[in-house]
Order: sequence, then C-alpha cells, then structure tokens
Amino acid sequence: MYPIVEKKVLSETVKQMKIKAPLVAKKAQPGQFIILRIDEKGERIPLTIADFDRKEGTVTIIFLEVGKTTKQLGTLEVGDVLENFAGPLGMPSEVKKYGTVVCVGGGVGIAPLYPIVKALKEAGNFVISILGAKTQNLLLLEKEIHEYSNEFYIATDDGSKGHKGFVSDVLQQVIDKHRVDMVMAIGPIIMMKVVSDLTRKYNIKTLVSLNPIMVDGTGMCGGCRVSIDGKTKFACVDGPEFDGHKVDYENLMLRNRRFMHEEGEACRLADAQ
Amino acid sequence: MPEQPPKERIKNFNEVPYGYSKEVAIKEAQRCLQCKDKPCMKGCPVEIDIPGFIHCIALGDFEKAAEVIKAKNNLPAISGRVCPYEEQCEGVCTVKKLGEPVAIGRLERFIADYERQKGAKTPKKVQPTGKNIAVVGSGPAGLTCAGDLAKMGHAVTVFEALHDPGGVLMYGIPEFRLPKVIVKSEVEYIKKLGVDINYDVVVGKTISVDELMKQYDAVFIGTGAGLPNWLNIPGENFDGVYSANEFLTRVNMMKAYKFPEYDTPVKIGKIVATFGAGNVAMDCARTALRLGAEKSYILYRRTEAEMPARAEEIEHAKQEGVIFRLLTNPIRFNGDEKGHLKEVEFIKMQLGEPDESGRRRPVPIPGSEEKMAIDTALVAIGQSPNPLIPHAMKGLTIGKHGNIVTDDDGRTSVPGVFAGGDIATGAATVILAMGAGKRAARAIDAYLKKQ
Repeated sequence: MYPIVEKKVLSETVKQMKIKAPLVAKKAQPGQFIILRIDEKGERIPLTIADFDRKEGTVTIIFLEVGKTTKQLGTLEVGDVLENFAGPLGMPSEVKKYGTVVCVGGGVGIAPLYPIVKALKEAGNFVISILGAKTQNLLLLEKEIHEYSNEFYIATDDGSKGHKGFVSDVLQQVIDKHRVDMVMAIGPIIMMKVVSDLTRKYNIKTLVSLNPIMVDGTGMCGGCRVSIDGKTKFACVDGPEFDGHKVDYENLMLRNRRFMHEEGEACRLADAQ
Repeated sequence: MPEQPPKERIKNFNEVPYGYSKEVAIKEAQRCLQCKDKPCMKGCPVEIDIPGFIHCIALGDFEKAAEVIKAKNNLPAISGRVCPYEEQCEGVCTVKKLGEPVAIGRLERFIADYERQKGAKTPKKVQPTGKNIAVVGSGPAGLTCAGDLAKMGHAVTVFEALHDPGGVLMYGIPEFRLPKVIVKSEVEYIKKLGVDINYDVVVGKTISVDELMKQYDAVFIGTGAGLPNWLNIPGENFDGVYSANEFLTRVNMMKAYKFPEYDTPVKIGKIVATFGAGNVAMDCARTALRLGAEKSYILYRRTEAEMPARAEEIEHAKQEGVIFRLLTNPIRFNGDEKGHLKEVEFIKMQLGEPDESGRRRPVPIPGSEEKMAIDTALVAIGQSPNPLIPHAMKGLTIGKHGNIVTDDDGRTSVPGVFAGGDIATGAATVILAMGAGKRAARAIDAYLKKQ
C-alpha cells in the first residue's frame, strides 16, 4: 500500500504526485520508471520517475491524463493509497561527462527529463535545455530545469511563450551555434523521431526514452518490444533509453495504438459513471 | 471423471473436471492394492506417502488423508490439478498393468478440495530457530521451499516482483485449469505457516541479492523461466502477435476476459494461430476459443507423437475444436497497411534424424510454401530462465541457457545461495519445481545448522 503524500495540479490534464515508496526511492536513478496499479481491478501502467527523495522515502511522478487509469489516478487525493508501486525498473540513464549536452523535452516528457538534466549538470556537462509544449499552460518544471541548465529555451506550438514552433527548430539553431556532444530527447514519439532525424545528419549521439505499452515491466511478456537496428529489444529491461538513430518509430507508434478501441470503451464507461 | 461438455465449456472459464463425489473417491481408493514396494512413491517428486493417504480415503477418513498429504505437499489443490501424474505416480502404478492405474491425481485433488472447504488445519508451531531466510519468487519452487523452511522453525520472507503470488500458477496456467481463488487459498496456508510475502519487490532492481545476503542467513532463488522465446521471423512485431506470456498474463493474472470490469484488455481476432505444442500452447489455443475466436489453430513443426503437452491437454483441446496443423513451420508474418497481422507464410516439414532432444528433427520440404490468413498469432515455443538475477549477481555460475547452475539439492556456486525450479532447470513442470524447493529447504536447514 503506497500513500499519496503530496499532489500538485500542473495544468488541466497534467498532475504531479509524491508517493511514499521507500524501497523504490532508495534505489531510483534518473531514467528509470515505476509500474503502478491503482486497485485490484486496475491495469499496470509505467510512469517515469520525475524525482525522488531517498531520505523521505518518496518518489515523484508526473502524468498526463490520457486514458482511464491516468484519469482515475488524477482524481485521487493526498491520503489515498495505491495498491501497487513497483520499481525502479529499466536501465538508468548513462550519466557521464559528455561535454556539451542538449536535453530536449516535449510535453509530459519534460518530467522524466528533469532528473537527467540535474544529473548531467552535476557530472560536469554544459547543459542546454529545450522545453516544448502545445501552449504555455502545458509547460512543466521550467524553473526546476532552468536551475540546472547553462542555456535554456522554450518552444510552444502557438507561440504563447518562447519560440513559435517546434523544439527541433530551436535544436537546429543550437547545433549551428555549438559543438554538441550528445542529445537527450524525451517526448511524443513523433518528436523523438524528428529530433533523431535532425541529429543524424550531424552524427551527434542521440538518446531517446521510449514509452511502449507495458504489462509486467520486468521482462517476461515482451509486450513492450521495440525494434532497434532491426533487432527486437524489451523497453522495460534493455531500455527505456535507446540510440535514437536506430529506433523503428513507425512500429512503436503502430503498436501503441493496438488497444485504442478498448481504451476508448473504458474511458466512455468511466465518464458515464 | 465427470467433465463439462466441450461445447459448453468453451463459453466459460470454469474448471473442466467437476471433481469426484465422496462415493466415487472411496470406490476408486479401494482399487489400490497397497503394494509393499510402493512404486508410486518413487515416482512422486515431493515424496507423498501415496498408499498411506489412499488407504485413509478407502476407509472414509478424509481428514487423516489430508494430514498424510500435507506432511509432504503444501500445495495439493494445485498439484492435484496440474501434475502430469500419468508420467509420475500413475505411470508406474501396479494396477496399470491390469488396465487403468489408480487415479492418484484425482484422489489428491479430491482430498485437497475437501480440506479447503472445511478449512485447512494449521500445523503446530515449532520452536523458532532464530534463523532468517529470504526466498526470491513466490512460484511453486519458492512457496514450497518457504513452507518447508517455516515448518522447520525458520523465519522466512518471500520477495515477489509482481502484485500477486504464484508465478506461473497465477499468470501462466488458465483459470479453467487452475482457478485463481484456489491458488490464493493455497498461498494463505503457506502464510499461516508463518511465511511473510512482500509484493512489488523486484530482486535485482528494488534490492540486490548481495543486500539480501547481508540481511538474511540464506537465500533461495526461485525466479522461474519467464523470458519468452521468439520465432525470430520477419513480422513478429506486427500488431496481433503476442508472446504466450503476454497473452496469458493479461487473461489469467489481469483477468482481461472480464474487461471492462477489469481494466486490462486483450485482443483476439477471428482466426487465431498458436505456434508450439506444449502445455502453454494448448492453454493459449483453448483460451482463444473462450475469448470468442471463430477458429483456433495449433501450428507445430513436428507430429503429435513429438508434442510435449500432456495427452489430457491435447485431448481437451481437440474436444473443444482446436484445429491441429502439424509438420508446419512459419517463415514470416505479413500485415495490412495499418500494420496489423493478416497472414502467416509457412513451409511443410518432414521428420528426419533425431536431434539433441531425442525427437526426430523436422526438415523443410522444398517448394511446399503456403499462406494462411490469420489475425492473431500466439508464440508459445518455450520460455527461458529469467535473466534478471543471473545478469545482476557476480560470482553466480550460469549455464549456457541462462540458468543458475546448481547441484541436486539446489546449492549454487555461492555459499548460502540456493536455487531451484525453472531458473535452474529451464522451463519444466510445477511439481518438479516443488520438489526442488523441498530439497533446497533441507539443504538450507543443513547449511544453517553448520553456521
């Protein structure tokens, strides 16, 4: 039983929660994720770790309400309890001194980027952060990420803040100005694909964090399998981070749509109640 | 054994056999000759006093029969359902020479169910030894090891990665072969013996084996064979292709057959092909029918004689309408414009010389390629040992199949660390895992006495 000890509404559809899970907090590393289940009839869903406090024994998750489970999660309050919270899962980010790194976060992908930005800065990198969202209200953790960035940029689709357009536009400008050693991109699949296509031209090492559907999260079902350089890998044990230039993004997008019908049905029934 | 008729049972997830009545059980027990040399006992991986408990049933003393079984087997309602008794106790039964062997498995199930309904008696508490043991994995090996150690007076903590106990008992074996309420009830008995179970702990991630060795006096690793094997043919990542593990975990553990009451979905098309012919493959093909598949096929590259599945499971599958396409090997999966599976290309096979498994090796017949329209593929061609601990722990000798190398009693290359079940042998049976757990418990007890 894992109590919610803090809750923040970051936007209409994005919420932040601190969950008391001492064993997970003790071991969590940037880049890793957890699998939670709200109640006995619930499904298991993966969410990346946005932050952790080893002393307090808490793990912070930030999630976008896209389906039945995340919407239900969003209605819970401080004091409510989650049935299951397992982790930390996946391989941690490879944090080392690369030189100049660009961290690109899109939408709710900004959340898992935060601990990585912190770690890369603390490892001695020159950190350039680019955060993007559809509109200003959907930006997250601006202050927190700015604190650990040597350079900081914003891009919004509607131009309500920062550059009007995509994070990739800003990334092009950064590449033109700096010698970039590594790019870390987390966000919608199409965003990670576009960023990778851009950096491939310059042969810049690029890491992305993939978000397939998962069931167990421990490597036993293969539901999260992704194609990396033509080889099948499990995002839950070999990832979630992979070489952005080797990912078959089309296949990932296709596989992520495979329960769309059922997801719609579950949401409709939940809304009707 | 009275069973649900096939046409009815493919519409539900209830058990197939109804179970014996008291009268039938007593009559069957009276067929036992109570032979002096007891070949049945030698065939039992958990050493149950078989003539002993059968004698009690013959006299109508079901409570005593339960005591005799429980002295050796902590999980009889499970083994009484899934054991391949025809290869073990019943296979060597003396009465078999005259016709049908004594139905030992059915009798074990009868007693286990009788006791479960009455409420199992908790054995007397033993003097605590003051020793603490960590058991990793709550599958049949871990549960048996934990139960036996607790009966010896040791304090046992089980660490389970998932949110439910049982391992394959919960996620792998379908509801209609092993009801989950029975698994939970058997696990309750293990807990009554004093065993503590912690869920959501992924040893190798949440805590390491090295940390467990610092906090506990001994460690038993029973993490099983949960890594799915793939066909490694083009198209295996199309929407509509599942590993047997994913399919069965969604249906059995997450209860996807009750969607949307339960949130986890599973998707079955109209024409489902299961690749493989072991028990897991039969489970997949039969589950597909129950989920509403119009046609459910088993595609296997050898013939029925080489099938690893239990004869009883193959028979049940045939009765239910599963269609068997033998001497058939898949070459590639093809999909439609949306990336969904639409057909499998395969080649016909013939049997040649035997391979390392002793079975005749299938050889492709050139020019015999064909296509078959399917919309769901379930890959059930075996599972390999879970790599999490073998990769994470230094100093542990690992075999070429990714298994933890042990001696007959479960000792690994690291003193104080024991292992048993599928993690040590590769995918095998529930009862062999239980036997390994039992032998390891004895070895751990001996090891602790020497410390």
